[in-house]
Amino acid sequence: MKLPAFEYLRARSPEEAWQLHSEVEGDAVYLSGGHSVVPSMALRLQAPSRLIDISGIADLHGVVAQDNALRIGAMTRHAEVMDNPLVARHAPLLALAAPHVAHPAIRNRGTLGGNLALADPASEFPAAVLALRAEIEIIGPEGSRHVPADEFFLDLYETALAPGEILTAVHVPLPPASRVFAFDEIARRRGDYAMVGAAAQADLEKGMIVDASIAFFSVGFTPVRAKAAQAALIGAPLSRESVARAQASLAEDLDPPDDPGFPAHRRLQLARVLLGRVLNQMETRP
Amino acid sequence: MTLHIGQPQRRENARRHLAGRGRFVSDLALPRMLHAVFVRSPMAKGRILDIDTEAASLCPGVLRIFTAADLNPRCQPWVGTLDHFAGMQSPPMNILAEDEVLWAGHPVAMILAHSRAEAEDAADQVLVDIEDAEPVTGGAPVLLPGAPRANEAADSNLCYETLLETPDVDRAFAEAAHVVEAAFTFGRHTAVTLEPRAVVADYDPASGALTVHHGTQTPYQFQDVYARHFGLPEGKVRVIAPDVGGSFGMKLHVYNEEMGAVAASLILGRPVRYVADRLESFVSDIHARDHDVHGRMAVAADGTILAMEVDDLTRIGAVSAYPRTSAAEGNQVIRLMGAPYRMPDYRGKLSVAFQNKVQTSQYRAVGHPIACAVTEALVERAAEATGCDPFEIRARNLIADDAYPHVSATGYQFEKLSHQACLARLREMMDPDALRVEQAALRTRGIYRGFGIASFVEITNPGATFYGIGGARISAQDGAVVRMLPSGDIHCAISVTEQGQGTETIIAQVVADQLGVAPERVSVTTGDTATTPSGGANWACRGAGIGGETALRAGRQLRDRILTLAGALVQADPATLRLAGGAVVDAASGAPRIALEEIGRIATYRPDTLPHGVDHSLTVAHHFAPVGYPFDFTNGIQGSLVEVDTETGLVKLLKHWVVEDCGRIINPLLVDEQIRGGVVQGLGPAFFEECQYDVDGQLTNGSLADYLVPMAVEMPDIEIAHIETPTQDTILGAKGVGEAGTAAAGAAAMNAVNDALRPFGACLTQTPMTPLRILDALDAALKERTAP
Repeated sequence: MKLPAFEYLRARSPEEAWQLHSEVEGDAVYLSGGHSVVPSMALRLQAPSRLIDISGIADLHGVVAQDNALRIGAMTRHAEVMDNPLVARHAPLLALAAPHVAHPAIRNRGTLGGNLALADPASEFPAAVLALRAEIEIIGPEGSRHVPADEFFLDLYETALAPGEILTAVHVPLPPASRVFAFDEIARRRGDYAMVGAAAQADLEKGMIVDASIAFFSVGFTPVRAKAAQAALIGAPLSRESVARAQASLAEDLDPPDDPGFPAHRRLQLARVLLGRVLNQMETRP
Repeated sequence: MTLHIGQPQRRENARRHLAGRGRFVSDLALPRMLHAVFVRSPMAKGRILDIDTEAASLCPGVLRIFTAADLNPRCQPWVGTLDHFAGMQSPPMNILAEDEVLWAGHPVAMILAHSRAEAEDAADQVLVDIEDAEPVTGGAPVLLPGAPRANEAADSNLCYETLLETPDVDRAFAEAAHVVEAAFTFGRHTAVTLEPRAVVADYDPASGALTVHHGTQTPYQFQDVYARHFGLPEGKVRVIAPDVGGSFGMKLHVYNEEMGAVAASLILGRPVRYVADRLESFVSDIHARDHDVHGRMAVAADGTILAMEVDDLTRIGAVSAYPRTSAAEGNQVIRLMGAPYRMPDYRGKLSVAFQNKVQTSQYRAVGHPIACAVTEALVERAAEATGCDPFEIRARNLIADDAYPHVSATGYQFEKLSHQACLARLREMMDPDALRVEQAALRTRGIYRGFGIASFVEITNPGATFYGIGGARISAQDGAVVRMLPSGDIHCAISVTEQGQGTETIIAQVVADQLGVAPERVSVTTGDTATTPSGGANWACRGAGIGGETALRAGRQLRDRILTLAGALVQADPATLRLAGGAVVDAASGAPRIALEEIGRIATYRPDTLPHGVDHSLTVAHHFAPVGYPFDFTNGIQGSLVEVDTETGLVKLLKHWVVEDCGRIINPLLVDEQIRGGVVQGLGPAFFEECQYDVDGQLTNGSLADYLVPMAVEMPDIEIAHIETPTQDTILGAKGVGEAGTAAAGAAAMNAVNDALRPFGACLTQTPMTPLRILDALDAALKERTAP
């Protein structure tokens, strides 16, 4: 199908972007990589009168290690997330997630910021930033603010972004050397949206788990933090028993919808299997 | 002397396509061309109360909006029945829905605008008021008396039924040591060609000529269809099928949209373009399969297969497809059952039922994967019941290689096949003993691998008994015009067509060998009814066997012409001359006598120097129709090795093997790639591809995000070997190969999955074998084992 008619404008600064956005209240969409907006327009699922291209705004670009956090600009393409050495070192969950995101042609165009702003519950990065306990940097006419990932994803395709606000960057806290990470998903085909996926990190001290952060995707309307599973792990060594406890407690964390093509109990079953595998990968990571 | 037949030549047009120089109808732009978009019924069944086009007609760029009253009178309705399917019924189909809508996607209005985008904008403004009716979307109950009808114009939901049986089938079952049985369900899938259906219809009122640029595999069939249904002289209709981005049987059916484009061009006197987008393809391209089959097999104590009994219920659309019908698939299902085996007795029942979904019809390997999967799954059960291993039971029952000619229990006549040789070769390739050792070792570590095999026969080189006998105007013969140019280069215009499989390349190889030139000197034209002779073109694996033989015979006639002319020029008996290396040479010594170029020069520019009465014409035309057996059956066997993740239900396809006998191999490279592509199109519906409908008849996964086609990462390495048993019915000896891979890949994979799941007692009989179905089968088996 063909896109309905729309106006394309390019903003050079956040101020210009807000201005252009406010001119057609409620009828403008920001464009970064375009890999969600454009197909949905071609499918005529949405028909904004104006697309505002924000890819030229300097503040949205670049990956920088700051004092306490790695700042990843919103315009960072998935392919760069996959290959950037700073991401690999300081935010390995994003680097581990990136190869699962679609296919190379899409990763070359799609952006981290665009992906998070869309908040597709089946997408890999939202769960990864949740597990990383990252903060989302947002700029709007009222100023700049940081929102913890736990408070960013509100509902299906709904985030803490107010109309007109722009997601500018992701801040990932620099990890201690003892932190271990794992990411995996269960998908019918490589590059597909997963039936279920998980991102996890844990801090180990003398073989004991002192902190754990686990997020699932493709299990509901948002990425979901597995609080009960985390609690089941903390204070114990990573062992067959603690993993089994964490798997058993997942029913408290996840309440997947009953999809006619894939019943809820099966999705929960796969989430348990995946949690076991992800924790097992952590254990074997050097 | 064979020089190029049998050589792995690369596909001649691949470089052009790689360079972006393809010529596809999708890219064609003609002056004054209009773009068509169809407004479709959102409901699977209902009555049209009103179509309001007023707002749409005011949209920018819109030229005309047609409804049924405008277009349908221009076109004689089409009826998808054939005379040899006795008792078959199918109501007539028109371009646009008149009163009833019959499936979600049924076109109800046609918008013509200056661009596709403008036409789509206008389509959003067309208001269609449809009184919703309960659609027919279910299974067997649709055939019960008094069931609601999918199509009010039919007297029931039964499109066609037939029964095939040998006299002693009941006795065979009564006397059998074992009877194994199972119920199978084969989902719907669709072709998903790279290039969707595309047509540019261009009627010129000044000359009364209609030219249709049409991405089809059968241009001559459409020349006939357009002439008859639009009341035009056949000579005024030209169909051009340039490069076609995949077809697989899907592009030889008559569709509402193509007929609509022609009707609109006739009315408006200007070119009309329709190219399906991917979403439309899912709700308008034919779908394939959709069968529920119950099968039984009678087996003697020693594993000898005595008989099979099958009951196939296949659900089509609300009308049968035209002109080949939607019954041919089921007909082939019940006739191919048990075909590789000596099995003497058989009963097959077929019921073809209407329902309110997209039509089903012929798609690559028509009927074969269903018959093969049912037969081979029952053979596995028979092996288990009698304590045979999969190779042993097949060795015992496959037709012996020296027992031909052979007639199957279903009446198919086999000239000569090589099942036993293929089985032996597959055993060498797979090394099943080593696989069993590995399987046992891995099971102790919780890794569940399994392998399965499946023998098959494939119908190729069909003669007129396929469709012509039923009154269909579908040619069983093909034609070629071969000529020598003044330079000595050769041109061949032929009726078989090219959709990416390499038809033009193999025709050049065949012609080159008849005329002693390199294939690079042979150019081939296909796909234009004005410049090539009429013929059946490509379907049912006839390009190489029938097209190749046509080219061979035409080439030999031109050879004889050239030698006669050369004899006059060099004053030699033509019988002492032959063609080689681009020249006429002495047959005995090989010494050059005269170059083709010199013959071309004299024949073209100085015919006055020839002796009186010597014919200097260097163009021949030849038509060939299959003779002898009604079909040239091919055969083979496939093996599949899989690993099932019993926690997630995901299946890893580790390896696939094919041993295939397509007779004389013209081009081993292209044959192997035909097999590989075919295997992938067999594995797709076995694991991934399925058109899913809800109870309201809505296709719920009609996009490439939700409909899963097999991708390279998920596909196994495919190892291929050949046995060559040329047919004696032709000089060339080639049979078809396009459907062999698809025929048995799914059957082998299903047996492999069930072999992997054997320790759990789980068994799948439904495709695609999705993770959910595998987990459900594992749970069901567990429940059965733990039941008190």
